[in-house]
Amino acid sequence: MVLTSTPQDKAELMEQSAVKGRSLWDDARTRLLRNKAAVASLILLGVLVLLALIGPLLWVHDSTFIYRDKVQIAPTLTDLHIFGTDAQGRDLFARVLVGLRMSLMVGVVATFVSLIIGVTWGATAGFVGGRIDQLMMRVVDILYSLPFIFFVIILMVVFGRNIILIFVAIGAVEWLTMARIVRGQTISLKSMEFVEAAHAAGVSQSAIIRRHIVPNVLGPVVVYVTLTIPVVILAESFLSFLGLGVQEPLTSLGNLIANGARDMEIAPWTLIFPALTMMLTLFCFNFIGDGLRDAIDPKDR
Amino acid sequence: MIGYIVRRILVAIPTLLVIITLAFFMMRFAPGGPFDLERPMPEQTRQNLLASYGMDQPVAKQYVDYLVDLAQFDLGPSLKFRDKTVAQIISEGFPVSATVGLLSMALAVLVGTALGSLAALRQNTSVDYGVVGFATVGIVIPPFVVGPILALVVGIYLGWLPSGGLDPRHGMTLERLILPVVTLALPQIAIISRLMRASMIEVIRSNFIRTARAKGLSPFAVITRHALRAAILPLVSYLGPATAALLTGSIVIEQVFSLPGVGRQFVFAALQRDYTVVMGVVILYASLIILLNLIADLLYAVLNPKVKFD
Repeated sequence: MVLTSTPQDKAELMEQSAVKGRSLWDDARTRLLRNKAAVASLILLGVLVLLALIGPLLWVHDSTFIYRDKVQIAPTLTDLHIFGTDAQGRDLFARVLVGLRMSLMVGVVATFVSLIIGVTWGATAGFVGGRIDQLMMRVVDILYSLPFIFFVIILMVVFGRNIILIFVAIGAVEWLTMARIVRGQTISLKSMEFVEAAHAAGVSQSAIIRRHIVPNVLGPVVVYVTLTIPVVILAESFLSFLGLGVQEPLTSLGNLIANGARDMEIAPWTLIFPALTMMLTLFCFNFIGDGLRDAIDPKDR
Repeated sequence: MIGYIVRRILVAIPTLLVIITLAFFMMRFAPGGPFDLERPMPEQTRQNLLASYGMDQPVAKQYVDYLVDLAQFDLGPSLKFRDKTVAQIISEGFPVSATVGLLSMALAVLVGTALGSLAALRQNTSVDYGVVGFATVGIVIPPFVVGPILALVVGIYLGWLPSGGLDPRHGMTLERLILPVVTLALPQIAIISRLMRASMIEVIRSNFIRTARAKGLSPFAVITRHALRAAILPLVSYLGPATAALLTGSIVIEQVFSLPGVGRQFVFAALQRDYTVVMGVVILYASLIILLNLIADLLYAVLNPKVKFD
């Protein structure tokens, strides 16, 4: 902008800004797109997701096919075993793609479970308030101090290791922080001046919820969801590493890492490639989560 | 303060009770009992075996019996190792886990504080970026990735340290502990250095530090005697969650480096349906977390004169 602006310029500018109202989300998008690490992570994650979804269909090797004569060969371009093969003679690249798909799926589904429980719990406590709120949050406090992973382990052992249970068990563990965030937001929003102002201006209840409450709760929730996905992926990998996660013939990154760790002396690539893939995925989610947090709520750093 | 401690302990008892009850009933409603995995035995033998552990009683009675025994600090016999009690099994594993855990905690606090302060004092220089970058990496990469890779690189390729295994023949020598301790401490170093950096940046801009500088104290004294004391507070309240993370992490670490600790016993017992050992470990860990959280909170209150016990 030139410093010496004429009154006409100003009027024009004001007119423009009056026409183009910028919503919370437009602002957030602009800020997010300015964050290089977050944008790079978004692109990279997109590539990883595409690879996980359609890669196994297009790749020349099947993840379950056993090459009897090619057990634990090092990464090579002959026959396109670019990540080598594992102890059973299966193509590692194909296995990493399938494992990545499983890990991403666990991440998304279990996070969704935690989202549902957390938002319901937190919103109820926040809206109802009073004694019920205190009781509900007391429960969250107590659950916080439980060594939860132990219960997940017991659950897996007790009820057998099926995927649905993994989703539910991990989701049921990770909802506590979500509940706290949603409750806090709900309570503070209820008494916000702009909500009161909207009431006073005669805005209908549903419009207030749609225009003011939901967008303001959504921000922190979206941020926390992005940060929960990597935590969930880690939790599943942790279980798989102990031999309690998904079972053969299915596989996850944690599973592959566990197998790789076992064979690392003879075939280090079976550890390195799954580990790198997992690190890359987790980095992406973390940078996107951080970027979103800065974009949606620039105060909260 | 005494009142505060008493109240906290009174809250801890129902929490523990919830944990015990959950764990107890989850294990008991499991399909398959602890003696299923063994070779087939005559029905009568089986009944006798169950009876000798009191497992022929109704579940409610077993639960009450368990609580009564527990109140007398009796965790009962192991269901798999017939000649050992749970207390004996845990007391074999606990020293290993505790050593690794305490050393990791000490390492994490020392290195994390130092790195965080350094980054804060050299804010926006390459040192700072280096620390922040390292912290990001350390938080993202899980111990079960770091552990095997460290074992592979340091233990096998370089051959500097043994890559794992604390067996009775070697005992707990320092060089066998280095890799597990470093692996377990790494994520905590990362988190602590981040916390420390943020809080130190805030503290060194505050008025009392300016005063300390103005009255002519050496920069070193300003940092160690004044800034560090104030900046370390947020770290103290992180110690509770840190212990929980270390305890959970130890399960993996003990698996990776084959350490005969409690975490490994827990996974083994869970797979073998050794109910009593699983319960024992869960109770031990839950109590530890609660206790250490209490200590962290007290420490925080002692160090921070603004906090009043209410």
